[in-house]
Amino acid sequence: MSQIEPTANVPPEQEPSTDFVVRLGAAQRAGGLIVPVLTAVLAFLAGGIVVAATGHNPWTAYKGIWEGAGFNWLFHIPWDTNTIHLSAFNLSQTLLTATTLILVGIAVAFPFRCGLFNIGGQGQYLVGLIVANWVGVSFASWPTLPHVLLGIGAATVAGAVWAGIAGFLKATTGAHEVISTIMLNWIAIWGGQYLFGQGGPLQNTYNPAAPESGTIAQSARIPVFWGNPVLQGLDYGFFVAIVALVLFWFILNRTTLGYEVRAVGFNPDAAAYGGINVRRKYIQAMAISGAFAGLAGALDMLGYLFQFGVLDVQASQIGFLGIAVALLGRNTAIGTGIAAFLFGGLLYGTTRGLNPNVFDPSLAGNLTSMIQGLIVLFVGADILILYVWNARRKLRPGRRGEAVVT
Amino acid sequence: MADQNVLELRGITKRYPGIVADDQVDFDLERGEVHALLGENGAGKSTLMNILYGLTRPDEGEILVGGKHMSFSSAKDAIEAGIGMVHQHFMLIPVMTVAENIVLGVEPVRDGVVLDERGAEERVRELSQQFGLSVDPTALVSSITVGQQQRVEILKALYRGAQILILDEPTAVLTPQEAGELFAIVRSLKEDGKSIIFISHKLNEVLEIADRITVLRRGKRIDTVPQKGATEEGLARMMVGRDVLLRVDKTPASPTDVALEVKGLNVVDERDLEKVRDVSFTVRTGEIVAIAGVDGNGQTELVEAITGLRPIESGTVAVGGNVLQGHVTPRTMIDAGVGHIPEDRHRRGLVLEFNLAENLALHDYDRPPDSKRGLLFPKALARRAARLIKEFDVRGGGPLTLARALSGGNQQKVVVAREVARNPVVLIAAQPTRGLDVGAIEYVHRRLVAERDEGHAILLVSLELDEVLSLADRILVMYEGRIVGEHAAGAGEEEIGLEMLGGRKQAVA
Repeated sequence: MSQIEPTANVPPEQEPSTDFVVRLGAAQRAGGLIVPVLTAVLAFLAGGIVVAATGHNPWTAYKGIWEGAGFNWLFHIPWDTNTIHLSAFNLSQTLLTATTLILVGIAVAFPFRCGLFNIGGQGQYLVGLIVANWVGVSFASWPTLPHVLLGIGAATVAGAVWAGIAGFLKATTGAHEVISTIMLNWIAIWGGQYLFGQGGPLQNTYNPAAPESGTIAQSARIPVFWGNPVLQGLDYGFFVAIVALVLFWFILNRTTLGYEVRAVGFNPDAAAYGGINVRRKYIQAMAISGAFAGLAGALDMLGYLFQFGVLDVQASQIGFLGIAVALLGRNTAIGTGIAAFLFGGLLYGTTRGLNPNVFDPSLAGNLTSMIQGLIVLFVGADILILYVWNARRKLRPGRRGEAVVT
Repeated sequence: MADQNVLELRGITKRYPGIVADDQVDFDLERGEVHALLGENGAGKSTLMNILYGLTRPDEGEILVGGKHMSFSSAKDAIEAGIGMVHQHFMLIPVMTVAENIVLGVEPVRDGVVLDERGAEERVRELSQQFGLSVDPTALVSSITVGQQQRVEILKALYRGAQILILDEPTAVLTPQEAGELFAIVRSLKEDGKSIIFISHKLNEVLEIADRITVLRRGKRIDTVPQKGATEEGLARMMVGRDVLLRVDKTPASPTDVALEVKGLNVVDERDLEKVRDVSFTVRTGEIVAIAGVDGNGQTELVEAITGLRPIESGTVAVGGNVLQGHVTPRTMIDAGVGHIPEDRHRRGLVLEFNLAENLALHDYDRPPDSKRGLLFPKALARRAARLIKEFDVRGGGPLTLARALSGGNQQKVVVAREVARNPVVLIAAQPTRGLDVGAIEYVHRRLVAERDEGHAILLVSLELDEVLSLADRILVMYEGRIVGEHAAGAGEEEIGLEMLGGRKQAVA
């Protein structure tokens, strides 16, 4: 029996939990907002040092990224029409990226709360994308609203089924979800290449030489509410993602399913003892997670992509970014939202949005990956950061004691 | 007298944010004595010993070993000063042999570099013969019993030249026989001139083994008394700060209907080993039936089978006259009216990261008033929690306090509150006082008797024979998966103890 003091104020040395999830839970409680913010700040600082080492001015580089992401629009002067136009466009693109990131972030965060690590966000996203494309190309005679809803619905279900397979395997055979979701990713990637490839069932009908999907009908496109539809404006899918965030919070905290998921995530033995069917929760949590990823694929396809090629399938990485988003957001709804906006800005602001005069675009792309990597690294190390934080507190009375004893 | 002291702690104070773990504590140890350090969980025993062993630095106070002032900054310093510590949780490497574990860090070497395996084994053998600590130096640590692992820890300390041994709650992990063997070892160490600090919160064993007893309460030294003349009642009063009823006050039972009937039950464990063999018994409303036995004789599996946590091979379980058939899950048993205080409240009884309101709803979250059509109402959960926290006198937090933040005794009160408040047909209490201190044990015992008097059936599973004898109206003894004896309340300790060790079976065979 570990000794537990009778007050709520437990001395730090008496928290000897070794279990990773328990430790993460403790870190989340104790760190609050400090640790994730510190994590992001540290990552940007380290990135800045590397920028400086390449002979660039980190301040200009970050300012360039800030403007490339369009965040300066939020603080623009109304009569300065010059910057409004470009920054508005940049911001709309950032939000478009954030839309996807919110959903693939939830797809990682939700199962994590059930003690599951979903690495299959990319595969579930692709499956949703493929199904949405198929629905969008077919049923061309339908009116817009039902066509869009059918596309979204079918892709969401497809994503749920795809992730549900991993949940089912975990529940019935004990197959680890990390392994099975990685394998399902590859099945989705190769499946997509086959379907969209030359002679594939979903290849376009107008150019047999191009290994690309068909273009979805006008009726399947989600209307744009900000910007020019021809220039890839921001569509209503953005609001769907915001609603998904609220839904994520609501399911977790205001439904019996969320209670069960959290109980299983914190302590599966106690959950089973309480009468919860743990295996069923694994399947449900994975399916719900896949639904969010599938939805992300649908919103991208019906919102601005409209068609997808074999090369796009190979190059797509956005589903994996969901892991970083969820980690930085600490698997909460609000955190996932904020992290998605941060990564959305970073992703767009260092690539197409970045002014080439400020920073060499070929270098900028690497800077993105670097900052992402650093954030994931620091998030992974936040237990370490917290440890240092606590050790500092622990040392203080020790030093005082030294002075008395000697 | 003073020059006999091998160790002296003067005015040790250690503060943590919001709490003073040790407040001006004095402690001394004579050569060749066993000095017990007695106190409830959180009284400051472990902090004091961590300071002595160099794991924590005191804020104030001095440490004298053999009359010399010491300042330990790590366990290494303490070991060099001749202090050895056997922790509650052993620090052994399971895949290495006993000898390898003992010499780890101070290995004897041959030709300058090669580990002298033979020499190590020889040295370990010598040591174990000298102190009567029988253990095979070539055995893998993973293959020996917990009692033997503890001996390895003691040998490890002796090998490093310890003159002062700290034993931190050494009997917590031992069976009664192993505890007896440990006491014999402690006596032989004492005769050899070693000095021993024996940390415990169990009154009877402290009285059995110690020469002097120091009692700590809330970080303060209350008193140091010689073993002669000390009584359990007196020590308990010093520990808790008030009179404690060590014996449970209860009237004879008046059992009525059968609440739980187990017939011909067979259960296997994960490795398909038979753990429960053809067990049949009944528990009636208004009585406490206790299952006594040494740990690992099938009690855990029996409880898990009755509560739906483990599948039944053959046999039946009936609750309130209804035989439960088909696919039995924990949910089935909960709905049938089985309440269960699990043996490990951290592993099963509580979700430590959940608040009290959520923990208290663990069986009822999916029905009104907690929820409706899948929607959860946190306010309803909090209302129940506020009521139960008051009714069951849970201290240290409110409905929104995390279970982790409570003391062990209060955590157990939360579990008891949840199970009792559901008004179960039969309440299964598996080691309900494990790891609790005297005050909390008294509370749990009184509560169980009160539940019995209110007309509930109670099945108590306990490894503590004292607990069984003081609570039970009927006693079943379990040995190697079978019920080997049944006794009425007031049966002799000797007879039951013998059956627990398989004595009667041997007599028959």
